[in-house]
Amino acid sequence: MRSAVPMLLALGFVATASSPIAEEPDLFGGEFPLSGYHYMGEQVRALQDDEFLNPGLFAIEHGEELWSTPTGGKGISCRSCHEDASESMRGVAARYPQFDEELGSLVNLEARINEMLTNYMDAPALPQESDELLSLTAFVTRQSHGIPIDVDVSGEAERYWREGHKFYTQRRGQLNLSCNQCHDDLAGFNLRGDRISQGHVNGFPVFRLMWNSMGSRHRMFRWCNWAVRAEPYELGSAEYLGLELYLAWRSRGLPIEAPAVRP
Amino acid sequence: MTRIRTRLSLPKTVHKGEVFEVKTLVTHPMDNGFMYSRDGQRIPRRIIHRFEASFNGSQVFRADWHEAISPNPFMSFHAAVEESGTFEFSWHDDDGTVHTASAEIEVV
Repeated sequence: MRSAVPMLLALGFVATASSPIAEEPDLFGGEFPLSGYHYMGEQVRALQDDEFLNPGLFAIEHGEELWSTPTGGKGISCRSCHEDASESMRGVAARYPQFDEELGSLVNLEARINEMLTNYMDAPALPQESDELLSLTAFVTRQSHGIPIDVDVSGEAERYWREGHKFYTQRRGQLNLSCNQCHDDLAGFNLRGDRISQGHVNGFPVFRLMWNSMGSRHRMFRWCNWAVRAEPYELGSAEYLGLELYLAWRSRGLPIEAPAVRP
Repeated sequence: MTRIRTRLSLPKTVHKGEVFEVKTLVTHPMDNGFMYSRDGQRIPRRIIHRFEASFNGSQVFRADWHEAISPNPFMSFHAAVEESGTFEFSWHDDDGTVHTASAEIEVV
């Protein structure tokens, strides 16, 4: 354990110095990143794979209805402009979160959907973690099923990436743990009854059995923060957006498998 | 409350007398009445207490469900039919509503 301390410090130094992102050390020991699916039990995998049983697919159905339902002052639906989601939305989720020049900030898929609703459809924004927003996000993400995550971290987005990386490696909460201590160093080991995964985001929005409902990436971040007894940030906060970008970059190459089922 | 959704899986065509599996799923919270919400309020019982399946109007399968059934209950059974017809399924909710779904099956 003693020898690990200087190594962690060294890693921390590399991260805070302004080295180009491409030079980041390989996090997975030369192995391709492994989806959370790899770490789950057989039954949970079966539940995710079965198109009949996967409870997340109900959200997809709901999202598909919302996609075609006119709403807001202009009386248009998502479909009115984007038409067939299986073509227009294919690969979109793999590129989010991304930096938006006009808004001058990083937006994730949920924020983009709400932006479209308010700016283009004259409709009220959907509340975070509402069934509607989760279902729409899940439906749009589903159109990228099997497409590898590939987010742009160049230009303005790099700032958020650095914030996210800092968040990921910073110790927090009463347990004084940082994300990387488990998800980089101890993936595959047991934490009580759970197996620690590499912490990838390619399955979101997920159906989480513990919650018995769908959940976004930010809800999972809140849960993780709560689990190390830290004060969680708000859904959609700048802190979590940065973390989301960093994690998406970290999951690059992993095919999207939403809606995943997680224990 | 989100809308209750149902999902069915059974073959579209079967041979006469062939045994096949009927799978059904319904999204439902199945609140057992023993749980409390975050603000300390007891969540009243609301479950689907009966599931029925009929073929061409006559009942072929029935199950009484109780508090211990999990949310989003899954039910499957095996059947064989002698003629083409319609399977009708109903889920009887504590709040009085009956959720229904149906599927056609053809004997070839």
